[in-house]
Amino acid sequence: MSDAAPTRDTVVGAVRSSLRHDSAQLHVTGQARYIDDIPAPADCLHVFIATSARAHAIIRSLDLAPVRGAPGVVCVLGADDIPGANDVSPVAGDDPLFADGKVEFLGQSLFAVAAETLPQARRAAALAVIDYKDLDAVLSVDEAMAKKQFLMPSRQMRLGDSARALKAAANRLKGRFYVGGQEHFYLEGMASLALPLEDGDVHVYCSSQHPSEVQHNVARVLDVPLNSVTVELRRMGGGFGGKESQPALFAAAVALVARTTGRAAKICLDRDDDMTMTGKRHDFRIDYDVGFDDEGRIEAIDYVLAARCGYSADLSAAIVDRAMFHADNCYYLKNATITAHCCKTNTVSNTAFRGFGGPQGMIAMERVIDEIAMALGRDPLDIRKRNFYGRSPRDVTPYHMSVEDNVIGEIVEQLEASSDYARRREDIRAYNAASPYHKKGLALTPVKFGISFTTSHLNQAGALVHVYKDGSVHLNHGGTEMGQGLFSKIAQVVAEEFQIDVDNIKITSTTTGKVPNTSATAASSGSDLNGMAARAAARTIKERLIGFACEKYNVKKSDVAFLPNRVRVGNQEIPFPDLVNEGYMARISLSSTGFYRTPKIHYDREKAQGRPFYYFAYGAAVSEVSVDVLTGENRVTRVDILHDVGQSLNPALDLGQIEGGFIQGMGWLTTEELHWDGEGRLTTHAPSTYKIPALSDRPLDYRAAIWPGGKNREATIYRSKAVGEPPLMLAISVFNALCDAVASVGDYKKLPDLHAPATPEHVLMAITKLQNGDAARSGSRS
Amino acid sequence: MRDTVRFILGGEIRELSAVDPAMTVLQYLRGEPARCGTKEGCAEGDCGACSVVLAEPANGALRYSVVNACIQLVGVLDGKQLITVEDLSGADGALHPVQRAMVEKHGSQCGFCTPGIVMSLFGLYHADPSGDQTGIADALAGNLCRCTGYGPIIECAREADAARPADQFSRGEAAMRKMLERIRPAGGLSFEGASTRCFAPAGLDELCALASAHPDAWLVAGSSDVGLWITKQHRRPETLIHLGNVAELKTLEADAEGVEIGAGVTLTRAHEMLARHFPGMDQLIRRFASRQIRNVATLGGNIANGSPIGDMPPALIALDASVTLRRGGNSRTISLQDFFIGYGRQDRKPGEIITSIRVPALKKSDRYRCYKLSKRFDQDISSVCGAFWLRLEGGTVGDARFAFGGMAAVPKRASAAEEAVIGAKLDGGVIERAGGALGADFSPLSDLRGTDRYRLRAAGNILRKFLLQATGAKVADIYAERGAAHV
Repeated sequence: MSDAAPTRDTVVGAVRSSLRHDSAQLHVTGQARYIDDIPAPADCLHVFIATSARAHAIIRSLDLAPVRGAPGVVCVLGADDIPGANDVSPVAGDDPLFADGKVEFLGQSLFAVAAETLPQARRAAALAVIDYKDLDAVLSVDEAMAKKQFLMPSRQMRLGDSARALKAAANRLKGRFYVGGQEHFYLEGMASLALPLEDGDVHVYCSSQHPSEVQHNVARVLDVPLNSVTVELRRMGGGFGGKESQPALFAAAVALVARTTGRAAKICLDRDDDMTMTGKRHDFRIDYDVGFDDEGRIEAIDYVLAARCGYSADLSAAIVDRAMFHADNCYYLKNATITAHCCKTNTVSNTAFRGFGGPQGMIAMERVIDEIAMALGRDPLDIRKRNFYGRSPRDVTPYHMSVEDNVIGEIVEQLEASSDYARRREDIRAYNAASPYHKKGLALTPVKFGISFTTSHLNQAGALVHVYKDGSVHLNHGGTEMGQGLFSKIAQVVAEEFQIDVDNIKITSTTTGKVPNTSATAASSGSDLNGMAARAAARTIKERLIGFACEKYNVKKSDVAFLPNRVRVGNQEIPFPDLVNEGYMARISLSSTGFYRTPKIHYDREKAQGRPFYYFAYGAAVSEVSVDVLTGENRVTRVDILHDVGQSLNPALDLGQIEGGFIQGMGWLTTEELHWDGEGRLTTHAPSTYKIPALSDRPLDYRAAIWPGGKNREATIYRSKAVGEPPLMLAISVFNALCDAVASVGDYKKLPDLHAPATPEHVLMAITKLQNGDAARSGSRS
Repeated sequence: MRDTVRFILGGEIRELSAVDPAMTVLQYLRGEPARCGTKEGCAEGDCGACSVVLAEPANGALRYSVVNACIQLVGVLDGKQLITVEDLSGADGALHPVQRAMVEKHGSQCGFCTPGIVMSLFGLYHADPSGDQTGIADALAGNLCRCTGYGPIIECAREADAARPADQFSRGEAAMRKMLERIRPAGGLSFEGASTRCFAPAGLDELCALASAHPDAWLVAGSSDVGLWITKQHRRPETLIHLGNVAELKTLEADAEGVEIGAGVTLTRAHEMLARHFPGMDQLIRRFASRQIRNVATLGGNIANGSPIGDMPPALIALDASVTLRRGGNSRTISLQDFFIGYGRQDRKPGEIITSIRVPALKKSDRYRCYKLSKRFDQDISSVCGAFWLRLEGGTVGDARFAFGGMAAVPKRASAAEEAVIGAKLDGGVIERAGGALGADFSPLSDLRGTDRYRLRAAGNILRKFLLQATGAKVADIYAERGAAHV
């Protein structure tokens, strides 16, 4: 499992070792099972969900008789066939399993067809006779803002008095910035398999980051108590937030079919249906009004964030909150008013995606910094450093939390030196001055990302550890494995606690039957929460073994020590399995749960004040880009990253998250463009039309390092820090570098009218505007 | 006629008769053989999660071709060895070197794309190094990974490309060739299943007879388009005709006058010859889909499907290529640009097939280059594709052909822009006039790949770029070093 050979002094796979992903061998041999690979019962039904062809309409009539009569069809289920609630939403009760009289986006679930084969189900679904009466559809943020069509009351966060400070500021800028959404494009699409059990129970295998929520939704739809439903998965083929709330609908549909027919039922969405039916990262429109002094220090800022939430609330309230929480990024905003609107549109309900609103808030802030630098004719890095959070009173966020663990200054200082920023900045200016058709750009941007679910009660986790009498360990916890290596990290924690080689620990499927009432594996919290819970469980068992040893061998507690694969008891050393077996013979319980809740956090959403985050994760990146002035084609030629993961639990896995996050963020800001037609139909619904980064998009020169100074000042699991989401935002440096390259076309006098994603088209159009001398995107300096 | 598809899987000869000809190789693998290591990620040949390898005898050895199982139909297996991720580790469970590298270098995260990546690495491991000009980035351009950012995978590819100790496949090659000899397709194949009839004729005469007898049949060469009619449009053919066993369509010839390429030659094979004779086409073909697609897709297919955004037609029209078509026993040759009549309409009669494409050679005084614009470098459909040819006579332009894809309902020449340069000296004014003349030539559409404004401006700019480069100006190409970026 690990490169390290076993010795008497160390255990294989302890914390801080670069243990390989626990499933790596299964991945490369094709033996790793995903939902669609689980051998299903021979009579398993295949389910297809028919969807709305209209963005917003009344369903005057829905005739399913031809569907029911089609070959191979076993059952057809719609809104009237649901025994419980017609809802699969995570929070607000506004996501019907099947549309009931009205559709609110093109692609909304109408009814499910279960047939002997998937093609039969699909063909049958097309036979439904549906009479729609179209209603006006609102498709964009701009339209929703014009109509003030919001899903929930707008919110505001305030620090100081921005209105007064803006008036008093020496310089003031206003601007508007659009940032696009993003499709998760997990490689494994939505998949669920439901097995009917006796007594009306159902067992659901579901590719989900949140099995407990799937369980709740299935139970609510079936109108059964939670203890009738078990949800299980071993792994997902990628999640990225897309499998937090979204799988519930599909799991509920197959569970309903299984309950209705008494047969197993499976759904595996094809790529087009998956992309059309499931939510994405929210696109935002952000207006800003910033006041600053002649040195570029921000005196005041007003933000208005408008998010396209789609037709229902989903997790948008928390996502938009997180955008507000990150609209400061690393900077002290002395006087700030941050207003946010959750726009209701007739498009798919947008959902969690790595960063959860944070990236959208953060990129706006970084644009503001570039605006200020351009206005003052300074290097943006100077402006960034000038505005970093500092000592009190310059340590207070717009939500009134003190930033106690700020290390961004040190990270940026190191990175600036190691990346040779200043010299490259000069070289690029010189290069661009002599190169009319090919331009380079450079940007260093920092990241500060708050760690904890901002809905405080979610910050809890459970684990279950069994030690069998042969000394082998069965490990279970509430977290889910989506590729991030969570299972390996948690196994490392348990290996460390028991001081046994990690090969002795069997990592088992996540199931609601073993650890109940779990939170989603989300918010980068997986190892923070579940690691602590697993450690608690292991420590309980360890304490019992110590107690037993003290009694049996008549030694003091301090005479018992867990050494690698053995336990020292007084003067003797007993192999771990032997002590375990002795404990078993003495009737010592060798199984324990463990539980953890994050301390210190609290947040008053009404006042928009509190300490929503246990701590912050930091990082910074320098990106260098090339732009073809004639075509807008662009590429990242070099990136230097320095990222804070505290004291790493597993450096290899953390570096994997850093690189994967960076590239995914780069895709969001460059090639990944979602496009809807005028009818509200998503036209980019497959990899032929929606372009995530491919291998050649990786920067030619990629240099990433874990910040050696990292250590979590809070008592997290072995002082590590969360790493799932923060690195995605390192890619903001790519976007800002592209702006820098384009700005060279206008001799660095105007910030280009470039919005995200910076596709070749958008880059070329921004260049064209500068060449034509059009007014820059932002308002003029006053 | 034979009525059984015979191929080798897992060291055994498998026979499929009465199988649904519209069944994909992926559906087959995940069905009866229960080889679930091969994944469906997109069902359109764009993500590579379903990558498998087909091996067949070629030039006294075995040629290993990575293909997308999701859009290959079972008939294509006839006479070949099918290798999936389950086959790679040894009988003792020992990992193949490419698998071991992926484990050791942390090359998998969620693992769903991994089997496909492993198969592409395996293809690279067995690729002929001398025939592989474009490096490892090319070998993996058709495999999307959403987790890793590709760094560890690139390291694995580097290793697979550099050290290639014999594996069980190279050691067993002689035995496998003997086994393949036993199932070598002899004569035509015909089978029927799920109410679809399928033919795989063994010669051109037989093909022409079948095509005449079944004018509505779907002709399947690389299946990179037809496969999507099945998996994406959920259509079902009554009759399929596989072209893969027709040797006459697979000829490649070159002489001083030009090259002639059989319609059934894959783009992988065509690439080498075309890039040698027409270096300005090299990067376009490199960026044409992915290796998995180029291993099956044919030059004839890219023309015959009549797409306004196919990349080969403009590239060939600018070179004044012609196509030869045959119907029954009658052949005719027409200029390629005349083949495209209108959207979805080509000059091809029912039952008529394209047999070859002829491309005249370049002269020393000719300038020729293709430009592809898309959101992504690897494997993307062009928003605009421009292919430009001109002949310099003294200081002036003697003749010019500027062809575009993505600008009209068909691949089309820009006659106004051509007129702007013919007879002129290429100075700044002429170059600007040519670029600006495209407004008279085209009224492009707006769609997900680009707005009309962008298409027009970008098309003008790539023409400007070509003309600037033709005058010897240094206009950098930001992708110039990308092909070799990771090697």
